[in-house]
Amino acid sequence: MLGWELPPYNSGGLGVACYELCKSLAARGADIEFVVPYQADHGIDFMQVTAASPQGVVAVLQEGSVYDSARYVFEDGHEDRVNIYTQQQRYEEAVAELVERRGETFDLIHAHDWLTFRAALRAKQFACCPLVVQLHSVERDRAGGDAGNPLAREIESMTMLMADRVIAVSQYTKDQIIKDYGIPAEKIEVVHNSINPGDFAPLSLANAYTYLAAMKRQGYRVVSNVGRLTIQKGLTNLLYAAKEVIAHAPKTLFLIVGSGEQYYELLQLAADLGIARNVIFTEFQRGQRWRDAFTIADLFVMPSVSEPFGLTALEAIGYGTPVLASKQSGVIELVRNCLQVDFWDIHEMANQITAVMQNDALRDNLHENAYRELQHLSWDDSARKMIDLYERHGRKKAAA
Amino acid sequence: MSNKAIALYLHVHQPFRIRHYTIFDAGVNHDYFSDGTPDALTNNAFIVRKVAEKSYLPTNRRLLQILQEYPDFHLSLSITGTVIEQLEQWAPEALQSFKDLAATGRVEIVGETYHHSLAFFYSRAEFERQVQMHREKVEQVFGQTPKVFRNTELAYNNDVAYWADKAGYKAVLAEGWDKVLGWRSPNFVYRPAYTENIKLLLKNYHLSDDIAFRFGDRAWSEWPLTADKFTHWLNETHSADVFNLFMDYETFGEHQWHESGIFDFLEHLPKKWLQSPGNRFLTVSQAADAFAPADVVDTPETITWADTERDLSAWLGNSMQTSAITALYELEQKILNTNDLALIEDWRRLQTSDHFYYMCTKWFNDGDIHAYFSPYDTPYEAFTNFMNAYHDLKFRLSEKGVEV
Repeated sequence: MLGWELPPYNSGGLGVACYELCKSLAARGADIEFVVPYQADHGIDFMQVTAASPQGVVAVLQEGSVYDSARYVFEDGHEDRVNIYTQQQRYEEAVAELVERRGETFDLIHAHDWLTFRAALRAKQFACCPLVVQLHSVERDRAGGDAGNPLAREIESMTMLMADRVIAVSQYTKDQIIKDYGIPAEKIEVVHNSINPGDFAPLSLANAYTYLAAMKRQGYRVVSNVGRLTIQKGLTNLLYAAKEVIAHAPKTLFLIVGSGEQYYELLQLAADLGIARNVIFTEFQRGQRWRDAFTIADLFVMPSVSEPFGLTALEAIGYGTPVLASKQSGVIELVRNCLQVDFWDIHEMANQITAVMQNDALRDNLHENAYRELQHLSWDDSARKMIDLYERHGRKKAAA
Repeated sequence: MSNKAIALYLHVHQPFRIRHYTIFDAGVNHDYFSDGTPDALTNNAFIVRKVAEKSYLPTNRRLLQILQEYPDFHLSLSITGTVIEQLEQWAPEALQSFKDLAATGRVEIVGETYHHSLAFFYSRAEFERQVQMHREKVEQVFGQTPKVFRNTELAYNNDVAYWADKAGYKAVLAEGWDKVLGWRSPNFVYRPAYTENIKLLLKNYHLSDDIAFRFGDRAWSEWPLTADKFTHWLNETHSADVFNLFMDYETFGEHQWHESGIFDFLEHLPKKWLQSPGNRFLTVSQAADAFAPADVVDTPETITWADTERDLSAWLGNSMQTSAITALYELEQKILNTNDLALIEDWRRLQTSDHFYYMCTKWFNDGDIHAYFSPYDTPYEAFTNFMNAYHDLKFRLSEKGVEV
C-alpha cells in the first residue's frame, strides 16, 4: 500500500482512515506492506510499515494548504520544511526502487490519494501487478469547490485512467470523479470510511474545557468544529451563521479546534462580525483535548464546502454529540439522523443551529438516533468489501 | 538675552504582560501575569529586572549626578501604578533610585491613570477611580501630589482638557501635532478651548523624536547627534518659550542602547544648555506657571503620541482591539459589585493600553515599531491570550453566582 501518513504523524483524517482500514484488513488476513514517505516509529504490529526515504521523523506538520511544504521534525530536534513536490519525487524514486527489487512479491498495489499517485504509476510499471487507487478526496474538494491545482488534477486524472480499479470513499466522491474526470462509473466502487463503535472509550476525566463546562452550567450551549482551518472546511460560512445564531441565542459559544492557513483570517472575521467573545479558537489538539471538543458540544457542525467523507461527524456522534453536516459531504450517506444544510445557505445553517441551541430535547433525540445508527457501522465492513475487491482484481496466483 | 526653557518629561511604564494563556487555563488557573519561563518576553519579573538594569538604574544614577551638579536642573516624570508595583516586587533598588530623584525636590511627578488605561474613552467613573488610585500611590511613594495631568498615550481632546481643568490641574500634556497646531509652534504654552484656568503643554515631536527615535539611527542625516548640536538648534530657535521634550523614559538605555552614546548625550545636555545665559530647565508645572498662554487650542478630535496617524488607531484600529476592549468594559459593574479585590485588580490590569497595542495589525511603516515592542509573535496571539483571560474573568464571576 502506498500512503502519505499514518497516526500519530498525521495531519488529518487521511492517516486515520488508512490506519483503521489496514487494521481491519489485516484482521481478515491481508498481508500489507505500507509505504510512507518518512521514517518514524508508528507502533504498528499488524502490518509492515516501510519508510520510502530514511529520515528519522518524530512529527510531520502540515503548513498551510496541501500544496505547501510539510514541516518535518527530526529525532535530533531540528526541523525542515520539505517541499511537497520534492517529497513526492523522492517518494516516487524510492517506491520505484523498492518495487523493482521485490516486484514479484506483491499481488496488488493499493495507493491512497494523489500525493502517492506518481509513485503508484511507476510501481505498476515495474511490478506488473494490478493497481487500485483510492480517492479520499479529489482536487475540487481541497480547492473548496474550485477547479484547483491543474498539476494535481492531471496526476489524479492520469492515475485513475491507468488504474485497474478506482475506489471512492463515498457516493458523493464517486459522482465527483465521474463529473470532473470522466472516469466510467463501472470502474469506480464505493467503499465508505467507517468507525468502530467500540472505540469510544468511556469518559472518566473531567472535560478539558473547564471554562465551557462552567458556562454550560450558566445556561450556555456550545457548537464545535474540529478540523483544519482551510477553505475546504467552510468555516467562514459557519462564522457568518454564528452571528445570526448569537443574535437569537446569545448564550451560544462556538469552539473551533484546528490549525491551518485560515486561522488569522477566521480570528479577524469573528472580531469583524462582533462575535469574538463567543468564538473560541484553540488551534490543533490531540488526545483528551481533541476528544473533549466533541463531548463538550451540544452540536457538532461540519460546514464543509466539499467533504468526500467527514470522519469527524462520526466521531462526534460516538462521543455523544449530534451533527449538522453540509449536504456536500459523504458521511450523510451513512447517517440519516443528522441535520443537513447546503454549505452556502447561511440563514438555514443559522436556523438549524439555533433550533438545537434552544431545544435540548431536539439535541438529545437527534443524538440518540444517530448513535443507534452508528452501532451498525464498522471498519470490518469496509475491509470485507475491500478484500472482495482485491480478490476480483488482484494478481491471479499461479496454481503451483 | 534669550529666556528659554527645556521641559524634559520622561514617562516610565511597564504593563503586566499576559503570559501564554490558553482556553485550557481558563477556569483552572487564574494567574494571567506570571510566566514561569525564566527568560520569556512575557515574564514580567525578568523584563522589569532587565529594564531596571539597562535603563532605570544607569539613567537615574546620571540624573541624580546632574541634579547634584546643576542646581538649576529640573525634570518631570510620570510613573504608572503598574510599573511602581513591579519595581516594588522585583527591582526595589530601582524604585529607590526614583525616590532619590524625587527627594531632591526638583523632580515633579505627573498624574495619570494607575493602570495606564484608556478608561477615559470607555468609563469616566472607572477613569476617575484610576486617577485617584494613582494620586494616592504617588503621594505614598514620592510624597508629592500631581499638579499636571497626562492621559495614557497622551490621548487628548477637548474633553480631557475640560475634565483636567475641573479636576484642578495646572496643566495637561499632549502631542504637538501639526493638525492641531496649524501654523503655531509647540514651543509656547497654550490654553485648551472651553477651559478656564488650565494650560496646555505640547510635545515638540521633532526634537523629542530626534532623541527618542532617531538618536542611534546611522542612516539619519544628523547622526551622530551631540549635545552641542542639539543645544545649537535650540539656541537658534528664536521664537520660543519652552521646548517640550517628552519621551518614554526607556529611551535611555533600552530603546537607545548604551552603545549609541545616549547616556553621554544626557550627561552633556544640561551643561551645554545652561552655558548660554537665560536658558533654564523647568518642570511642567513650572513651565505652566512661567508663561502666559499664547493662544487657545481647539482639539475636537482625539490625538495621541503614536504612529504617523497620531490617533488611537494603534490601540483601537481594528475589530480585534475594539471587541476585546468593549468586552472588558462591559464587565465593569459585575466585577466591581463582587468587591473581590483580586478580581477587580486583574480586570484593571487587563485595561492597560499595551495589551491592545500588541493586537495592532498595522504592519507597514508603523508595524515594525509595534513588533519591536510586542512580546508576542503575532497580534493574533496577543488577542487570543487576552480573550482567554477575559473568559476566565467571566468564569470567576460565574463561580460567585453572577450571571454572565
